[in-house]
Amino acid sequence: MISEGRVWTFGDEINTDLIIPGRYLDNYDPSHLAKHAMEGASREFAAGVRPGDIIVAGRNFGCGSSREQAVTALKSAGVSAVVAKSFARIFYRNAINLGMPVLESQEAQSSFSDGDRAVIDLDLGCLSSMDGLKKTYLKEVPPNAKKILASGGLVPYLRQKTDGQRKTQ
Amino acid sequence: MTRTDLEFKYSSSVELPLTGRTVAEKILGRAANTPEAKAGDVLEVEPDLVMSHENTFLVNKTLEELEIGKPWDPEKVVVVLDHRSPANSVQTAAVHSKIRELVRRMGISKFYDVGEGICHQLLVEQKLARPGQLVLGSDSHTTTIGAVGAFGAGIGATDMAGVWATGKTWLKVPETLRVTMSGHLQRAVFPKDIALYLISKLGPSGADYMCVEFDGIFLFDISISGRMVLCNMAAEMGAKAAIAPVDSTFGAWSPECAPENGRACVSDPDAKFRDSIELVAEDIRPMVAGPHKVEAGKSVDEFEDIHIDQAFIGSCTNGRLEDLIAASWVLKGNKVAQGCRLLVAPASRAVLNDALDMGVIQTILAAGGVILPPGCGPCLGAHEGVLGPGEVCISSSNRNFKGRMGSEEAEIYLASPATVAASAIEGKIADPRRWLKIDL
Repeated sequence: MISEGRVWTFGDEINTDLIIPGRYLDNYDPSHLAKHAMEGASREFAAGVRPGDIIVAGRNFGCGSSREQAVTALKSAGVSAVVAKSFARIFYRNAINLGMPVLESQEAQSSFSDGDRAVIDLDLGCLSSMDGLKKTYLKEVPPNAKKILASGGLVPYLRQKTDGQRKTQ
Repeated sequence: MTRTDLEFKYSSSVELPLTGRTVAEKILGRAANTPEAKAGDVLEVEPDLVMSHENTFLVNKTLEELEIGKPWDPEKVVVVLDHRSPANSVQTAAVHSKIRELVRRMGISKFYDVGEGICHQLLVEQKLARPGQLVLGSDSHTTTIGAVGAFGAGIGATDMAGVWATGKTWLKVPETLRVTMSGHLQRAVFPKDIALYLISKLGPSGADYMCVEFDGIFLFDISISGRMVLCNMAAEMGAKAAIAPVDSTFGAWSPECAPENGRACVSDPDAKFRDSIELVAEDIRPMVAGPHKVEAGKSVDEFEDIHIDQAFIGSCTNGRLEDLIAASWVLKGNKVAQGCRLLVAPASRAVLNDALDMGVIQTILAAGGVILPPGCGPCLGAHEGVLGPGEVCISSSNRNFKGRMGSEEAEIYLASPATVAASAIEGKIADPRRWLKIDL
């Protein structure tokens, strides 16, 4: 699995109210959510983000509410993966369940800059710049999360499981 | 049963074999039918109860994608309309209608419509969550129900749909951070102050992925309501769950729910904890945190004289009877300052009824406060007291993140209901001890 795009860097403690404020949550349409993605943290992000772009952030990314719309907003805005020093646990689960890779790296935030063109190779477990000058290894995704991610999220994962059960019956 | 009997029944002096396990290991091990489960194990668990609010709409959408008609066990499902309740917009009204239709169709009887109260409050108050249970909720403050000895963890909507579909999900057994406290609390220091103090020491990820276990003699003086505050705010340190022991206070609160074997719901004395910290009660003052960071808590005197436009008492953190009573002590015979508004949202219909019976609501109204319907109120910035640019709010809720309650240019300070009430009277952040006539 490969993600490719430009890097958007953010700091520590990017909470779900910054990713998608509560005042936008009465409309569940993903394209509506995308228009306000990261609104509390960056004025440029929602308008400037392109499909494939990668968020690189600090500690405790996604802390706060359990709102899954935080992941939906980023994903439908085009974000292909989030790399952070650490993730809040509910955001982490939500991202895996919606098939968006979330990867831990202690170094990425300090070595990558806004606008860097970068690529994530999930099989190799690394984030590298397209010019080959920067490279950082990513912590391995736990096996159970990896399975769900490889299926594309919890829904396809459960479908595959039930289809498999039907076949064996 | 007398208090002494109950103390005996739940005290650790009861002779039971020691297994070296934390309460998190016991509860998750039982829910996974893996009694030997240890911290770090990833288990497939079957929750005893699940809860969701307006995001039931998203849960159902995913369930439809999975082509599944109803939850694995509708009796184990709780649905509460509390976040935007009554509806704040046409979209929300349509979401509420859809949820009412689906709970009828699916036979979900534990459904709480507009005005019944906040999901976490109802789980405890209606005795839906019980000691030793594993409860999953699609809300981050599901940790609150640890106050009654249940392991409550928050998950997202798709995760919840997976549980509705299969009755199961995966959970990693967390390590435990044990929190105790020595000494005696000063007067007018409330559980919220303890929580803000603890978070100021540990930081917003100080309990990441852990179970925070409150333990020790200090809990003797802390009611179920106060324990809910502590467990609720553990979410702001990144905790997966928080839990308080099922002790004599619990037994007195709900003798009918007290388990036969209280030991099943507490850690063994020889359990292995990731860490233990002991707070010193005398160090804790009435606390204020903010803006933008829950961990930015300091003694109230460091914030005095900050002008406020709005004061909010309510939320799953501090909207219970005990909280409204504390506020009424401060408000009695006083008036909310000119140019300031005091909004009060009781956590449930029962809280509102009790507060009416006790004259607490009358005191709040006489002081110039506004009573909102039971529910989440303005905490999440959806309705009923949204903040405008440049406005400042002091709130008894749990998050002061930028933009949380409305404008990104507004500021939110967190405090106990007594401190919020005192601030409403003065129109600026104020020490409640002045209004409670406590000598400093």
